[in-house]
Amino acid sequence: MTMLPEPSAIKLGLVIDLDICVGCQACVVNCKEWNTGGYGAPLADADAYGESPTGAWLNRVHAYEVEAPETGEGTESRTVHFPKSCLHCEDAPCVTVCPTGASFKRAEDGIVLVNEDWCIGCGLCAWSCPYGARELDPAEGVMKKCTLCVDRIYNDNIPEEDRVPACVRTCPTNARHFGDLGDPDSEVSQMVAARGGVDLMPEQNTRPVNKYLPPRPRRAAEDAPVSLVAMAEADTPTGFWKWVDSTLERLG
Amino acid sequence: MRPAWSIIFFTTISGLGLGLAGWTVIGLLPLMTPGSVMGVGIATLALIGAGLLSSTFHLGHPERAWRALSQWRSSWLSREGVLAVLVMAGLAGWFATAYTGGRVPFWANLVLLALIYLTVYATSMIYASLKTVARWHHPLTPICYLMFAAAGGLLATLALLAILRLPITAALAQATIVLMLSAWGVKLAWWRLAGMARQAGSIESATGLGALGTVRPLMPPHTEENYLQHEMGFVVARAHADKLRMISLALGGGLPVVILFLAPASAGALAVAVLAHVAGMFVERWLFFAEAKHVVTLYYGDPA
Repeated sequence: MTMLPEPSAIKLGLVIDLDICVGCQACVVNCKEWNTGGYGAPLADADAYGESPTGAWLNRVHAYEVEAPETGEGTESRTVHFPKSCLHCEDAPCVTVCPTGASFKRAEDGIVLVNEDWCIGCGLCAWSCPYGARELDPAEGVMKKCTLCVDRIYNDNIPEEDRVPACVRTCPTNARHFGDLGDPDSEVSQMVAARGGVDLMPEQNTRPVNKYLPPRPRRAAEDAPVSLVAMAEADTPTGFWKWVDSTLERLG
Repeated sequence: MRPAWSIIFFTTISGLGLGLAGWTVIGLLPLMTPGSVMGVGIATLALIGAGLLSSTFHLGHPERAWRALSQWRSSWLSREGVLAVLVMAGLAGWFATAYTGGRVPFWANLVLLALIYLTVYATSMIYASLKTVARWHHPLTPICYLMFAAAGGLLATLALLAILRLPITAALAQATIVLMLSAWGVKLAWWRLAGMARQAGSIESATGLGALGTVRPLMPPHTEENYLQHEMGFVVARAHADKLRMISLALGGGLPVVILFLAPASAGALAVAVLAHVAGMFVERWLFFAEAKHVVTLYYGDPA
């Protein structure tokens, strides 16, 4: 059913810390690995070993350069690695445009999923998504998207510490966090409140569940930079070492 | 947005068929003989049906297309499908009644007419409802679709009148000219107004990094073009678009109007006018996609 359910009390989602992400792509790889063997059809590639390999991926990491406004002491720019996957929006346009009922948002935890047995592969959901979170599988002809690893997070057959999305489990820098953003006391909600987590493209009114933590402001150096010349001059030898120094100079 | 031929064919041909059906059910095309009823009925249903059928060609799973009739409560694509099926069934009944010499009640004609234009409206709303494509998300988008269905349908009606050797009054020919010019007038306004519509967002709002400064892409997330760029990153060059607009206007509007002026009763000339109009509409519909920009391209550094 592609009518959106009443907003759920539990809103499972991701919080991504842009201050920490180093763009190592481990989350991308582990996402592909898990989801090619998990929920639904395998995540296919086309021309995987050829000249132009393409394929369906549920998580992609962009990198941006952010240049701060001119302050008089030159501009400061920084690199921000930017992982992007489905944001499991509260007002998910991809769900309501679906003509078949294949695309749906779960009433119990807010996860947006695709029923691959019903999907006709029309692509309208991908057109309606401002974030580019959906890709058509080149082999299966059905729409693929992040499932929030629904087949991990409720999976009693795997150790408890593994019951988080593959991208979160694998992140070596702890830049990705999973939890209930509907609960203001949850760890992820606290993190969003403390760091001023933001929505992507708020003007689209999709009300994303996933939040992004902006990079922390740069800290100013506590002391003025040390001058190496001054350090060298201050180190001019005296006494016995002055005699050694001048003797060595004379020896040429 | 990448233009898919199946979709261009669908919206153009179905639009023409629905427009023709609209003028037929209100009696503009007096069908005197069973032969003419049969001929016009088959032609109308074939146009609408061929368009609908072609729209399934771009699907990953065409065999499941029937499922698209289920979500009419939220999806314009589903509504379009349901309405088209209702119209096809209604028209089949209408032509069957006319064939057997029966009289279709006035209210039934009105209901059928309403369903026909609702179908065209639903087709346009598939695109106009998408907030992600600023150019489509414009109040004039459905008006363009409705006007072109009416104008193209009336032109086709005139051609059929001439082919069936029925009289075409000067007033009818003039009305067709006025409708055709009005339709293109709305389209010109759409090109101007919807073309100016800019996406509300920016790369700063897309990444949420605006508070830190200006953002530009440093490294792409993948080495080859992906589905998003293939499907939504396609934009025709501006210089080409300008030329194609002129071609679509000349073929789709100019030539038919000239023919309506010079030879409003010639079956051959009117058939050429219909073909020219359809060719012009193909170009117009191709541009509808090729000139449209999707907001996801912001992530790849394209200006809104």
